Amino acid sequence: MSQDFSHQDPLLRVEGLTKYYGSRLGCADVSFELWPGEVLAIVGESGSGKTTLLNSLSATLEPTSGKTMYRMRDGQWRNIYDLSEAERRFLFRTDWGFVHQDAAMGLRMGVSAGANVGERLMAVGDRNYGHIRSTALDWLGRVEIAADRIDDQPRSFSGGMRQRLQIARNLVTGPRLVFMDEPTGGLDVSVQARLLDLLRGLVGELGLAAIVVTHDLAVARLLSHRMMVMKDGHVIEAGLTDRVLDDPREPYTQLLVSSILQV
Amino acid sequence: MNAVAQYNFAYLDEQTKRMIRRAILKAIAIPGYQVPFSSREMPMPYGWGTGGVQVTASIIGPDDVLKVIDQGADDTTNAVSIRAFFAKVAQVETTTHTADATIIQTRHRIPEKPLGQGQILVYQVPIPEPLRFLEPRETETRKMHALEEYGLMHVKLYEDIARHGRIATTYAYPVKVEGRYVMDPSPTPKFDNPKMHMSAALQLFGAGREHRIYAVPPYTEVVSLDFEDHPFTIQHFEEPCALCGAEQVYLDEVILDDRGGHMYVCSDTDNCEERRSAGHVGTLGMQEAAE
Repeated sequence: MSQDFSHQDPLLRVEGLTKYYGSRLGCADVSFELWPGEVLAIVGESGSGKTTLLNSLSATLEPTSGKTMYRMRDGQWRNIYDLSEAERRFLFRTDWGFVHQDAAMGLRMGVSAGANVGERLMAVGDRNYGHIRSTALDWLGRVEIAADRIDDQPRSFSGGMRQRLQIARNLVTGPRLVFMDEPTGGLDVSVQARLLDLLRGLVGELGLAAIVVTHDLAVARLLSHRMMVMKDGHVIEAGLTDRVLDDPREPYTQLLVSSILQV
Repeated sequence: MNAVAQYNFAYLDEQTKRMIRRAILKAIAIPGYQVPFSSREMPMPYGWGTGGVQVTASIIGPDDVLKVIDQGADDTTNAVSIRAFFAKVAQVETTTHTADATIIQTRHRIPEKPLGQGQILVYQVPIPEPLRFLEPRETETRKMHALEEYGLMHVKLYEDIARHGRIATTYAYPVKVEGRYVMDPSPTPKFDNPKMHMSAALQLFGAGREHRIYAVPPYTEVVSLDFEDHPFTIQHFEEPCALCGAEQVYLDEVILDDRGGHMYVCSDTDNCEERRSAGHVGTLGMQEAAE
């Protein structure tokens, strides 16, 4: 995937983000910029600080130091840690999405698929049942869930369907930035492939910016334009995905790339 | 001097009453907001109206006239024992007539006769949190109230329509008070929701087990939540009350035999009695008079 981002302003600007848990390091001095429509992968082994970084970026965690500037829809730059809680939650309902590894965390398992997709619409004030339902149907179609499953609870869905439902639920309000934490983790390979295909299509079609945390280099290769490699809380290498994967410079990245099992 | 220790007036000690009155004042100042209060153990089990009894005990004075209803009836166990309780510990006059009462403690119903200025309706509330079954975390629901995030409430109504083709919630139907807080009107049938809107009476809600008090002051806007294309409606009954012939009132179904015989009677017993003494007769009321 290639795209020219040079003519636009970035969407997200991260400066010196550091998070300590007490005296233990979560992630240190991370800086980068993300442009609209760009997909950034954060890769690394478990414990390398990927999830800490993602949670800090999405304001789920308050970092120890550093700033994350976000360009709001009105064009103003705001540090997301300075937003009031009301603003932050509003941002999360409208302009942002978060796809969890475990779909049960991102879905309401006790209500139907249609209501799961419709919740964000109702949260921003849609009070027309017919409209909510038709939008939900449309989105279920886009994530390849059969229309006759709209009134079923996600409990009765397979892992892959739950994950696709979670994606629909997040994208229904047309967010500009989506955080994904291991979106394909725990799925078998054929389902993974289908999900990745779907995600790639949606990201391209909607012009979403996305930050994808994964330990699976194949996911990074397929989805992302750029990637950052993390180790022990530090970003040790960053660059275009193809460059990093085909020509890794750091010894650790070389190790990571050569560790992929070949069938 | 009486050798036997006396109860303080209206059972609760004065400091407790002050504490509850403060909570009530705060609740009136912020319509629909659930004010925490330090609920006391009462000489009755939870679920029998300990919240309502504490509210009543804090506001009742020697000149008040108390009416207690349970499911609209004045003569059921809960109503009789609470009336007897206050007759004993506050020596107040009690009544079954809606118009004569200054304080009406209720479980499940709002009297059919419109309430007037100066009357206070006290509800016994089992679960004050309208979002409880949608979001189990209390910390989260409080935040949602604070930030006015009520989209989830409509998720419940959406589920109703998706499953039943209409909003199937018939009691504890969520309302929005004065355009701000979403409130659970306790398990009253939704039939009574419109009576809360712009009511001349003060409405107080006490949840004893849950330690919450909330209020709807007189002449306050109370709107039942709905969808544009599925508007709020109240229950409709096919036949009038079998005893007094009343229409446009909430009716209870009474099974008469094991062959499907049944009758509908007023849930509000006082309203029914008044109508019958005024000469209104329903289809089965005639027989009763003849016997």
